[in-house]
Amino acid sequence: MQEALEALGLAGRLIVSMDGDVLEIVALSLQVSLTAVAVSCLIGLPLGALLAMTRFRGRNVLIVLNNALMGLPPVVVGLAIYLAISRAGPFGVFGLLYTPTAMIIAQTVLVLPIVTALARQTIEDLNAEYDDYLRSLGLGIGGRLRTLLWDGRTGLITAAIAGMGRAIAEVGAVIIVGGNIDHVTRVMTTAIALETSKGELALAMALGIILMAISLALNAATHALRGDAMRRMYA
Amino acid sequence: MLDPADEAPLLELRGLTYTATTATLLDDVSAALPATGVTAIIGANGAGKTTLLRLLAGLLTPTAGEIDWSLAGSARRTAMVFQRPVILRRSVDANIRHAIAPLGLNEAEAARRVDEALAVCRLDHLRTAPARRLSGGEQQRLALARALARKPDVLLLDEPCASLDPQSTAAIEAIVRQAAAASTAVVLVTHDIAQAQRLAAWVMFLDAGRLIEHSRAGAFFAGPQTAEARDYLAGRLPPIAPGDEGS
Amino acid sequence: MIQRTLLAAILLCVLALPGLTADRFIILQSTTSTANSGLLDEILPKFTAASGITVRVVAVGTGQALKNARNGDGDVLLVHATTAEQAFVADGSGVARHDVMFNDFVVVGPADDPAAIAGSADVLDALRRIAAATAPFASRGDDSGTHKKELSLWASAGIDPVAHSGAWYRETGSGMGATLNTAVGMAAYALTDRATWIAFANKADFKIVSQGDKRLFNQYGVILVNPARHPHIKADDGQAFIDWLLSAPGQAAIAAFRKNGQQLFFPNAGRP
Repeated sequence: MQEALEALGLAGRLIVSMDGDVLEIVALSLQVSLTAVAVSCLIGLPLGALLAMTRFRGRNVLIVLNNALMGLPPVVVGLAIYLAISRAGPFGVFGLLYTPTAMIIAQTVLVLPIVTALARQTIEDLNAEYDDYLRSLGLGIGGRLRTLLWDGRTGLITAAIAGMGRAIAEVGAVIIVGGNIDHVTRVMTTAIALETSKGELALAMALGIILMAISLALNAATHALRGDAMRRMYA
Repeated sequence: MLDPADEAPLLELRGLTYTATTATLLDDVSAALPATGVTAIIGANGAGKTTLLRLLAGLLTPTAGEIDWSLAGSARRTAMVFQRPVILRRSVDANIRHAIAPLGLNEAEAARRVDEALAVCRLDHLRTAPARRLSGGEQQRLALARALARKPDVLLLDEPCASLDPQSTAAIEAIVRQAAAASTAVVLVTHDIAQAQRLAAWVMFLDAGRLIEHSRAGAFFAGPQTAEARDYLAGRLPPIAPGDEGS
Repeated sequence: MIQRTLLAAILLCVLALPGLTADRFIILQSTTSTANSGLLDEILPKFTAASGITVRVVAVGTGQALKNARNGDGDVLLVHATTAEQAFVADGSGVARHDVMFNDFVVVGPADDPAAIAGSADVLDALRRIAAATAPFASRGDDSGTHKKELSLWASAGIDPVAHSGAWYRETGSGMGATLNTAVGMAAYALTDRATWIAFANKADFKIVSQGDKRLFNQYGVILVNPARHPHIKADDGQAFIDWLLSAPGQAAIAAFRKNGQQLFFPNAGRP
C-alpha cells in the first residue's frame, strides 16, 4: 500500500516536472507504436477487407492462421525478428538491430494480425449488407474496397485502438530487437522492466501509471473521434 | 398474346430461365420491353417477379436464355431501387456522388447531376444530413435520387413503396412518373394493384415463374385474358403449386 | 481531412525516428550488473567527452551477451565469465580479452536465516548448509556469468542442486534483478554480484549472509568483437573504448564510482 502511494506520488512528480528522460521515453514509445499501428492499418485494413470480400481456396486456412497469429507471444516475435535482422541473419546487412526501426517491425508483426482480423469481421458484416447495392452499381473490386473501408470506419477505428493497445503494452519483442538502449531504443515498457530488475519498484510503477495515463488519453481521443464520426454519418 | 414492343423496344428477353438449387424460379420468359413508360410486373408471391428484376439488374445470371441489350446501344445502364434501400453511412449528397462515381463523370457534370437528383426528389434541404438518420420515405427518395443521377436506360424498382406510408408513396410515385415522362424506361415490381394501375403503361403478369400475360395496362386491368390473372386481380387464392416460394 | 492529418502525423513520426543518425557510436554488449548498478552511466559520458564516441549499451546476461556478440550484434563485449570469454577469443569470435576490474559475489538471504549461515566465510560450507536445510535458493538459471559461477560453486561443494529443481532449488531463468525480486518474494537465498546487490532497491529484510571467500572473486573482462569475422564491426572506435577503459583515466573513473557511499568495482587492468 505504501509502495503504491509512493508510486502515485512519484508518477505525479515525474509528470509535473516534465522530466526530460521520461519525456524522451514517452515520445519514443508513441513514435514506435503509432508508426507500427499506422503501417499495420495501411496493410491490414485492405487485407482484412479483401479477406472479407472474396472467396477462394485456402481462405479459411488464412483466416485461422491469422487468428492464431493474434495470440503470438511478443517474445517469440522478438526472437524471430532478432534472428532475421541480427548481423548473422539474412537481413543483417541492413544494420537494423537495436534501432527504433527494428522495434517498429516487431510491433507491426504483433499488431497486423489483430487489425486484419478485426477489419475482416467488420467488413464481412458490412459487405453482406451492401452486396446487392454495390453489385447493382457495377462497382469494381477497388471501388467496393474503398466504399466498405470508409463506411466501416467506426469499426475500423476500434481495430486500430486494439492494435495500439497491444503495441504500446508489449515489452517482450522490443526489448530483444531494441536492446533497451538509453536515449536510443528505451521505451515505456522496457524502462519499466529495467527499473523492476533494479528493484526500483516505485519508479517502475510510476512509469506504469504514466503509461496507463497515456493509454487512457489515446483511447479517450479516439473514442471522441469515433463518436463524432458516428454523429455525423451514422444512423 | 399481343406483342407490346410495337414501339421502339429497349431490350428483348429470349427464353429467360433461372433455376435455383431446388426450384425453377423463372421459366422460359420471352418478351420485349418498351424503351419508355412504366412496365409493372405483377403476380403472387413466388411468381418470379423479383427474380426477373434481379436478372435485368445483372444481379443474377440466367440459367438459360438471354437478355438482348443490343437495342439499347452498347452501354446498357440500369439502376435498381430495392424494397429496403441500402443507405451508405455518409451524407445524402455523398450517397448520390458514390452512386455516380463508377460513371467517371467530370466534376461539373457530377455536381450538376447531384443537384438535379436532389431537386427532383425534394431532398435539397437534407443535402448534408447523415443519410441513415433520414425517415423511411426520405431514404427511399434518396435511393431514387441515386438511381436517377445515374441516368439509367432502365430504372428497376423492387416494391419501392412496400414499407411506406401513403404520403411517402405518393411522393415516390410522383418521382417515378416524372422519370418515365423524361423518357426513362421503368420496370416496377409491385403487389399494389392500384399502384400498377396508377403508374403502368404495360403489365407483365407472372404466375409460377411463367409469363402468363403481357399487355397494355388499360387492356389488362379491363379484361385479363387468363384465368390466373382474373383470379389474382379478384384476390382469389392461386392453386398451390410446388416450388412456389422463395423468389 | 482526418485522413490527411493522420497521414501527416505518420510521416512526421517516421521522419523523426532517431537511431539512424550519423553520429559516431559503438554498441556495447554488457552484463546487467555493470549497467544496472549505474557504473556505465557514470563512466561512459567521460569516455564520450574524451573521444566523441557514444556508447550504446545493450544490457543482458553474460550468456546472451556472448551469443549476441558471436552473431556480430555488438562491437565490444564487457562481461564476467572468464572461461567463456577465453573460449570466445579462442574460437575467433573476439580479438583479445583484457581484465578490466573485479568485485565479488555474495550470498544474500532473509534476516531469519533458516540455514543458519550468517557470517560464514566459507561459501561451500554455506551452500552445503542450505542444501541440508532444504532452504529455498533462487538461481538465475539463465547461463549468465553469475549462474555459471553459482553452478561451479555447487559442484565444488559436491552438491547437484539441479536434482532438486522445483523443490528448494528454484531456477528463475531471469536476470539478476528479477531473480533478487523473486528471492525476496519467497524468502530464498541467492548468489549475486556485490555491485547489483548494493544498488538493488528492493532488499526488504535481506542481508548478505556469506562473503569474503576467495572463490567468490568476480573478474570482468573486455573483448573487441572480431572484425575479420564481421566486417561491419567498428574496430577502431571499439578499440578506442577498450584502450580508454584500460588506461589510467578509465581505471580511475571505475574506481571513483560510488553507490550508497561504497565502491562497487575495483580496477585491475594490466595485471595478469
